Amino acid sequence: MGDFADDRLGTAGDDFYEALLEAHKGLSFEKSAALNARLVLILANRIGDLETLSAALTAARGSKE
Amino acid sequence: MPRYEYRRFGYTTPPELSGGRPRDYKVAIVGAGPIGLALAIDLALKGVASVVLDDNDVVSIGSRAICWAKRTLEIFDRLGVGERMVEKGITWKVGRVYHRDRELYAFDLLPEAGHKMPAFINLQQYYVEQYLVDRARDFPELVDLRFKNNVIGIENSNSGATIKLETPDGTYNLAADYVVACDGARSPIRSMLGLEFRGQLFEERFLIADIEMQADFPADRRFWFEPTFHEGESALLHKQPDDIYRIDLQLGWDADPEEEKKPEKVIPRIKAIVGERPFEIDWVSVYTFQCSRLERFVHGRVIFAGDSAHVVSPFGARGGNGGIQDVDALGWRLAAVVKGEASEGIFERYNAERVHGADENIKNSARTTNFMTPKSDMEKMMRRAVLDLAAEMPFARRLINSGRLSVPCSLERFYNRHLSAAPLPPGRVAVDAPLEKNGEDTWLLSELDAGFTLVSFGGGAGPAIAGVRHMSVGADHGDLIDRRGFALDRYGTRLSYLFRPDQHICAVFRKPTEEYVRAVVDKELGR
Ligand SMILES: Cc1cc2nc3c(=O)[nH]c(=O)nc-3n(C[C@H](O)[C@H](O)[C@H](O)COP(=O)(O)OP(=O)(O)OC[C@H]3O[C@@H](n4cnc5c(N)ncnc54)[C@H](O)[C@@H]3O)c2cc1C
Repeated sequence: MGDFADDRLGTAGDDFYEALLEAHKGLSFEKSAALNARLVLILANRIGDLETLSAALTAARGSKE
Repeated sequence: MPRYEYRRFGYTTPPELSGGRPRDYKVAIVGAGPIGLALAIDLALKGVASVVLDDNDVVSIGSRAICWAKRTLEIFDRLGVGERMVEKGITWKVGRVYHRDRELYAFDLLPEAGHKMPAFINLQQYYVEQYLVDRARDFPELVDLRFKNNVIGIENSNSGATIKLETPDGTYNLAADYVVACDGARSPIRSMLGLEFRGQLFEERFLIADIEMQADFPADRRFWFEPTFHEGESALLHKQPDDIYRIDLQLGWDADPEEEKKPEKVIPRIKAIVGERPFEIDWVSVYTFQCSRLERFVHGRVIFAGDSAHVVSPFGARGGNGGIQDVDALGWRLAAVVKGEASEGIFERYNAERVHGADENIKNSARTTNFMTPKSDMEKMMRRAVLDLAAEMPFARRLINSGRLSVPCSLERFYNRHLSAAPLPPGRVAVDAPLEKNGEDTWLLSELDAGFTLVSFGGGAGPAIAGVRHMSVGADHGDLIDRRGFALDRYGTRLSYLFRPDQHICAVFRKPTEEYVRAVVDKELGR
């Protein structure tokens, strides 16, 4: 999990979080969930490596609901 | 511990109403809050007289600023009150963030040694104002403090501004070459000039309480998301001098501010945090916050500084600290213009720099407040994901936003970086370092206390230029000795840095010729 835990965004983290909320602004919960689903797929393709993606899935599932 | 005792500053009939002859005022400062007072002292240190007008005659009452950042303390030190504040204040540098009752992580705001001032102190605003008033009174010839002088009108022109004042003895007019509006968040001057104050209001209410209590709570800033002891979204706890603690509790938008201030509501909320320890309530308020600013801070001969120019929600301590950076940027410019050493055009640069600073403070404060107040179920879920991941994944800790605490504003965007070898680029504020001068301990910032200063690190002579001091810093010889190596490490060697009077780097040279240095200084002064 080491790789996933490391901070790669630095101070851009706040910029990203703001942009993420902005992207969701005004959407119903369902539309927001759909946006997140599309986002996951786009990011997965961008990562483009099955091994990394599998490990990411495990890491995400591992942390509690 | 005895609690702070409010004392009236007292009122004296102004000369205009006691038959004295009318005076020629260069600078009138409206508002004796931290910003107005600090500016008057800064001007006095540069030999410029000002009259300070305040409608009240007592320091700030109630729960207001407590956290003063390193840069502010450095500026206060330059003004001669920094040490007194640090001595009285509670020094801290660690912030702890909790989710429910679990600590997620802690951050250290000043992990390195070799700085005179700490990352932060907590000190009630009434002490800060009292110390500034005491200091201002060291300059009876230069600072004319007038309490119970309420500004009720203003007329702005190309050559000065005239303000109308109301006092216990009647009204009078006062004309000054420059008026600096430091009259706070509700700035009457802003309204009188019909200027718009635009921004974002947060639909959330916060209970802010100061309580007196004997406890061995740490000095650390402690912030809880979804605390177990309070049904709201967040809680914040800070320690202050005199056994006073500051508690901020998020109440939700629907909370009734009047109800929430009642002791029968407040006491159980506090008991839930502090347990069965006895405590006394010092002050309670319910606040709603906004982030707003004026479009411009300079309007002819009226210049805005502090809360009159910009306000933020308090979770990054960027309000008062941002205002003190306004003072830093304005003091030397105003002094230079009044003394005829600079052209009025340099106020445009004050405007640009501080609008930039205010935007940075607004951006950060607004993000924190948004993180604290999720506006939809999805925002809530997203924040929950961040908090859940944070326990194990450091990257998520960086996304938790419980406050991006005040840091010095960088002015790099206003300068060209012409020497890439220099560790510190122009636009950055000077980084402190312990040094030795004539066998005595000193600090770099203490030596950059007036005017433009050229410092050659690693030795070297400097050109003799009127109005520019020169000093050299060396490991074992020079005007300043860097025994412990902090300065040369931070600035590099065989480099000369030119510092503005507000301790910001404005140029870095390999060979500081008279011509180059003079050109930079002339540009700064608009000559
Ligand atoms: C709950 C809370 C917590 C905060 N915490 C922090 C913190 O931890 N750190 C931080 O840096 N900042 C903090 N702030 C912000 C900080 O209090 C302000 O930024 C600071 O007081 C601004 O100083 P100022 O001198 O610009 O204005 P003020 O302190 O508001 O002073 C304005 C002065 O102008 C006078 N005045 C007004 N109208 C007139 C008139 N017509 N004629 C003459 N005089 C007039 C007033 O009497 C007053 O003395 C906090 C604020 C709040 C509300």
